[in-house]
Amino acid sequence: MKPAPFVRHVPRTLDEALATLAEVASEDGRILAGGQSLVPIMAFRLAKPTHLVDINEVEGLDKLVDDGKTLTIGARVHHAAFHKPVTANPLGALLAYVARHIAHYPIRMRGTFCGSLAHADPSSEWCLTAATLDAVMVAKSVKGAREIKASDFFDGIMSTNLKEDELLAEVRLPLLPTDGKFGFYEFNRRAGDFAMSASLVTYRLDGGRIVDAHVGLGGAEASPRRIPDAEAELNGKAPADAAFRAAGEAASTAIEPLEDHQTDAEYRRDLVKVVVRRALEHSLT
Amino acid sequence: MSAHTKGSGDDGMKWVGRSIRRLEDPALVQGRGRFTADLPAAHWVRFVRSPNAAGKIKSITAPDGAMVITAADIEGVKKITPMLHKFNYKPVGQPILAEGEVRFVGEAVAAVVAATEEDAEDIADLVEIDIEDAAALVDGRAAVAEGAPQLHAGIPGNVIVKAEVKTPGFDDVWASAAKIVRCDARSNRQNATPMEARAAHAAYDAATGRITLHCTTQMPHLVRTAIADCLGMPESDLRVIAPDVGGGFGQKMSLCVEYVLIAWLARHLKSSVAWTEDRRENLIASFHSRDQYITLEGAFDTNAKLLALRADVLANTGAYSCFPTTCGMEPLMAMAEMPGPYDVQQYECLARAVVTNTCTMGAYRGVSRPSITFTLERLMDKAAKAFAIDPLDIRRKNLITQFPYKSAMGLEYDEASYRETMETAVEAINVPAFRARQQLARDKGEYLGIGFATFSERTGYGSPAFAARGMAITPGWETVHITVDPSGFVEARIGSSPHGQGLRTTLAQIIAEEIGVPPQMIKVVHGDTDTAPYGWGTFASRSLVISGGATLIAARKIRAKLLKIAGHMLEAAETDIVLEDGKAKVAGTDREVTVAAMAREAYTQTHRFKGEIEPGLTESGTYDPPGTFSNACHVAIVRLDAETGHVKVERYLVAEDAGRIINPMIADGQVHGGVAQGIGNALLEEIIYDESGAILTANLADFMPPTAHEIPPIELHHMETPSTQSITKAKGLGEGGTIGPPAAVVNAINDALTPFNVEIDTIPATPQRIRALLRNAERAS
Amino acid sequence: MTDKTAITLTINGKDHAISVEPRRTLADAIREDCGQTGTHIGCEHGVCGACTVIVDDAPVRSCLMFAVQAEGKQIRTVEGLADGDKLHPMQQAFMDNHGLQCGFCTPGFLMLAVGVLEREPDISDEALIDVLSSNLCRCTGYQNIIKSVRAAAQEMRK
Repeated sequence: MKPAPFVRHVPRTLDEALATLAEVASEDGRILAGGQSLVPIMAFRLAKPTHLVDINEVEGLDKLVDDGKTLTIGARVHHAAFHKPVTANPLGALLAYVARHIAHYPIRMRGTFCGSLAHADPSSEWCLTAATLDAVMVAKSVKGAREIKASDFFDGIMSTNLKEDELLAEVRLPLLPTDGKFGFYEFNRRAGDFAMSASLVTYRLDGGRIVDAHVGLGGAEASPRRIPDAEAELNGKAPADAAFRAAGEAASTAIEPLEDHQTDAEYRRDLVKVVVRRALEHSLT
Repeated sequence: MSAHTKGSGDDGMKWVGRSIRRLEDPALVQGRGRFTADLPAAHWVRFVRSPNAAGKIKSITAPDGAMVITAADIEGVKKITPMLHKFNYKPVGQPILAEGEVRFVGEAVAAVVAATEEDAEDIADLVEIDIEDAAALVDGRAAVAEGAPQLHAGIPGNVIVKAEVKTPGFDDVWASAAKIVRCDARSNRQNATPMEARAAHAAYDAATGRITLHCTTQMPHLVRTAIADCLGMPESDLRVIAPDVGGGFGQKMSLCVEYVLIAWLARHLKSSVAWTEDRRENLIASFHSRDQYITLEGAFDTNAKLLALRADVLANTGAYSCFPTTCGMEPLMAMAEMPGPYDVQQYECLARAVVTNTCTMGAYRGVSRPSITFTLERLMDKAAKAFAIDPLDIRRKNLITQFPYKSAMGLEYDEASYRETMETAVEAINVPAFRARQQLARDKGEYLGIGFATFSERTGYGSPAFAARGMAITPGWETVHITVDPSGFVEARIGSSPHGQGLRTTLAQIIAEEIGVPPQMIKVVHGDTDTAPYGWGTFASRSLVISGGATLIAARKIRAKLLKIAGHMLEAAETDIVLEDGKAKVAGTDREVTVAAMAREAYTQTHRFKGEIEPGLTESGTYDPPGTFSNACHVAIVRLDAETGHVKVERYLVAEDAGRIINPMIADGQVHGGVAQGIGNALLEEIIYDESGAILTANLADFMPPTAHEIPPIELHHMETPSTQSITKAKGLGEGGTIGPPAAVVNAINDALTPFNVEIDTIPATPQRIRALLRNAERAS
Repeated sequence: MTDKTAITLTINGKDHAISVEPRRTLADAIREDCGQTGTHIGCEHGVCGACTVIVDDAPVRSCLMFAVQAEGKQIRTVEGLADGDKLHPMQQAFMDNHGLQCGFCTPGFLMLAVGVLEREPDISDEALIDVLSSNLCRCTGYQNIIKSVRAAAQEMRK
C-alpha cells in the first residue's frame, strides 16, 4: 500500500508556502503537516495528490500564544503540545483533557491541531473543540488572509470551506471565562478509536444557574457543531440531572445522524443523548 | 479416580516444568529476526484483485510494456483442489488466477511484475478488468434458500459438504424429554489477523535449476508438496523455507494461490521475485473463518440432566475450499465435538458447508470450537434458566466425570478435569461476593454480569483422527531427528513449524531432561524443507504433543546410546551412570566424562567400541498419537453500559488443565494470547460484507482487534492431569484460550441483561446489537 | 515514478546515504534502503504500531512519515537499543517476562515503550497502559508486554 508518486516542496517561509500552494493547488496539491491523517489515505490511494507542500520547515507556524483573550495555535503545533495545560485559563485544562482522547501517543507526536481541522473528519476531537468554542480559523493564501468562523468552516464529511489554495495558518480559540466550566465525553469501541459520538460542553454559573452554555457534538453528524436546542435546555437551569437529561434529549432529536454499516440512526441518537449528558456530568467534577 | 495436581509440581525434573527464558528471544528483541518481507528481490509483484463478488471477466487490459500475468499465461498450472472422500464432498478447484469468472471481491485476477513494489502498484492501478457483474450470494442461509443461484457447476444447491449423524434410539429419547431448550446462535465472520500478513519470496538458482521459496507459512512441507504438484515440477527441485513467521493462528496453514504464482514466476523469470501482502488484502482476500449459523437443541429430563442434543450447523465457507483440509474442516469439527464436555449419548446433527461469493474459509485458532462452545454454553445457561437452577448446577449435573469417556460421536475423551477446573474457577472467582456486588450495582442502575464456559479442547491428534475425516491428505504424525555433533552440541530437526509457540525452548527442555545437556547447548531447527524431516507443520494444538513426543522418543535413544558410550569410557555399568550438567557421571564417585568427549569418541574413536556401538550420534523418533483432550473453565465478569450497549470485561479467569506443562511461562503466554483473541471474537472482531459482496471492514480501524485496553488482567489457575495419550504426558493448549471467551463473555452479558429480559446469542456482541435489544425491550414495556 | 532525491538518514548514530523518491516512507527506507529490517510493517496505515521508531526523542509511526522528512533527525530503531552485547533494560525485561512470542510486533513495542519512558519516566501505571494500547499484538494478549514494560520502567528509573 504505497502512495502514488508526488513532488515534495519544502518552503521555509509562509510566503513561499503560499506561493507554492497557489501553483500546485489546481493539480491536487495539498499541505503536508503531521501526515497522520493524510498519509493513511494516500496509502490506500483514496487520495493521490501530485504535489505536497511540506510545511514542517516553515518558520513561524509553530506559534502557540495566549494573549489574554485568545489562544492562537499555529499550523505546526502538534496534539502532544496540549498534553500539559498550555495556559492557566480553564481552556488549558480543557485542551489537555481532550488531547488524551485523540488517537494514540505516537500519533499525537506528529499530528497537528490545524491539520485535524483542515481534514475535517466528523469524529475529530479538535473539530468538535473548534466548533464548540466558536473558534476563528485564519486561512492564508497569496491573495491575503481571511477569517472563517467555525460555524462557517466545516462543510460536510472531510470537507471545509477552505479554498484549494488556502493554508489553515492558525486557529484562534477564545479563552474561557476564568470561572468557566467544561465537560467532555466521547464514546468509542476501543481506546483511541474514532469517536462514535462525542460532546464538549462549556458554561458558567451565575447565581447557581447555567449561563452561556455551549453544547458541541461530534461524530454524530457530517460536521461537528453547537446544538442550540440543547443549550436552550441548560441556560437558566441548575446544573443537575434534570437539565442535563433534557439537553441530551434535545440534542438527540436535533441531529441529522450519520449512519454506517454498524451504526444506524436510532443508535446514533441513543449515543448522542448519552454523550451530551455525560459531558455535562463531567463538568461537575 | 485420577490424580490431578494443582500447578506445575516438582516431580524431580530439572528442566521440564521450569519457566526458563526462551531461546528464540535474543535475536527477536534485537530486531535480528528474519521475516519473509526482509529479503531483497529483483522483481516485486502486486496482485490486481476483483472489485466484484461475482461475474464473467470480459477483458483484462494492461498498460503497454508492463508485465502483467493472467490465467492465460499460466495454462498448465493446476488449480488448488483439496479432496475429501466422505461427507458428500463436492470437489472444487481454485485457479491460481481467476479464469473466466470472479467469485469473490479480492480474488486475484492478475499479477503485475515490476522492479519495485511502488512501480508494481502504480502499474496495477492502471490495469483495467472489465467484468460483467452478476448477483452475489453472500450469506450462508441465502446460499441454501430456495431459488438461490448455483455458484459452481459441480455443487448443486451450493452445499459442498453435507454430513448427517443420528444415534440409534435418538427419537425415543427425544420424545421422552421433560424440556427441550433451544439456542439459535450466530457466529460472525472472523479473520485471524496475524501481525505479519502473508508474504512469499522465490529465487531461482541457475546452477541447480531449483527454486527456493521463502514464505510465511505454518506448513512448509505441505506447501512444497502442493506447489510442486501444481507446477508439475519434481518436489526435490523446490525448497521451501518458513523463516521467522509473525503469527499464523491457522490462517497460514492453507495453501494460497499467491504463493503458487510467486514460485511459478521465479521459474518463469529465472530470477528472484517477491510479494508482500498489505493489510487490506489480508482482511479481504486471505482466509476467513467461523461464519456460522448453529441451531442447537437440548432435551433434558426433569432433573435437568441432558439426554440428547440436536444440532444444525451451517458454515459459510466462501468461494473455494482450503487446502489441505478442505472447507469441511469447520462443519465436520462442529459435528464431531458439539457435545463438548457433557455426558450425553444421544445426538443428531446436520452439518453443512456452503459456497458463497465471499473469501474462502481457512482455519482460525480453535476452528469451530469457539463457536460450538459458544452455542452449547448458551444452551446450558438457557436450560438453567428454564429449570430455575444455577448455571453452575446444571453443569455439575452434566459434565463428564468418568474416564475414558466415549462420546456419541465415538471420540475417546481421556482422563481430564472438567468438574475440577470448574470448581477451582468457581472458588477463585467468589460467586457470592460477585452476586452481592451485582445487586448493589443494579440498585444504582449499573449492570454487571458473570458468565462461565466449560469446555474440552481436542489436541495433539495424529493421523487416525484426521483419517476419520476422509481427507486425501491425512496429516498427523511427526518425526524428529536429533544429532549430537562432535563438539557436544545438540541439534534437533523437527517437522513442526512454530511461529511464536516457543518450541525451540520447550523441545530443548525435553531433550535436556533426557540427556542432561543444558538447553543452551541444544538447537531446535525447523522450517527448511531441505533439512527438516517431512512434517505437517504447527496448527491444531499439536506440536508440543506430537513433535514433543517424537523428540522424547529420539532423545531417549540418544540417552541410551550416551549411557552405552559412557559405560565404555568410564568402565562402569550403565545403571550406575547419571547424565547431568552435560556429563556422564558414575554415581557415588568422581568419575565423569563430558558429553562433548563422548560425542567426539562416537565419531572419531569408534574403533574403541569394538563394533558394539554404531558410529555417530544421531537418532530419530516418530510419533502419531490418537489425541488427548485438554479442558478449562473460563469465567468472565463484565460491566454493561445499558445506555450505549458497551461491554467492558472487568475480570477474566481461566482454570485450565493441559496435562504436564513443559514451560509454565510459555504455556501461560499461549492462554493469554488465545483469551485476547477470544475476547476480540466475543465483542469486537467481525468481517462485514454488504449485499453486493463488498467488504466494509478492510482496514484496522473498521476491523477491530483488541488493544491492551480491552483485555483485563487474566487470572490463571492450573491443574495438571498427566495425559495418558501422550508420552510426554503433555496435552496441547495452543487454542484453548480462544475457545472459552465467546461463551463466557456472552453468558456474562446475558447475566447482566437479566433485569431487561432480553438475550443475545450473536458474536460479536457489539454495542449496536445490545443497544438494539434494549431499545426494543424499552419500547415493548 | 518521480525523481529520486539523495538524502542522508542518521539511524542509531550512523549515517546512511540513500536515494529515494519523495513518497518512500521512512519505514521502507529504514528497512530497504538502509538495510535495517528490525522495524516491521504491519498495516501501512498508522494503526498497528509495528513500525514505531524514535525520531528526535519522539516515538512515531514510521509508515506515516516520508523518508525525506527525516533527514537531519536522529532516528533510533530496535537495532540501536542494545549497547554492544549489553541489552537495553527493556529488551532484557521482555525476555525475562515472556513479553514476546512471534516477535513481529516486538520492535514496535520496544521503541514505543522506550520512547515514552525516556520522555516521561514517572508516567503513571494507568497512563502507561494507555500508551501500550497504541500498538497491536496478536500473540501475547498484552499481559506480559505490560509486565515487561513495568519491570523495565523500574530499571530505567534507577
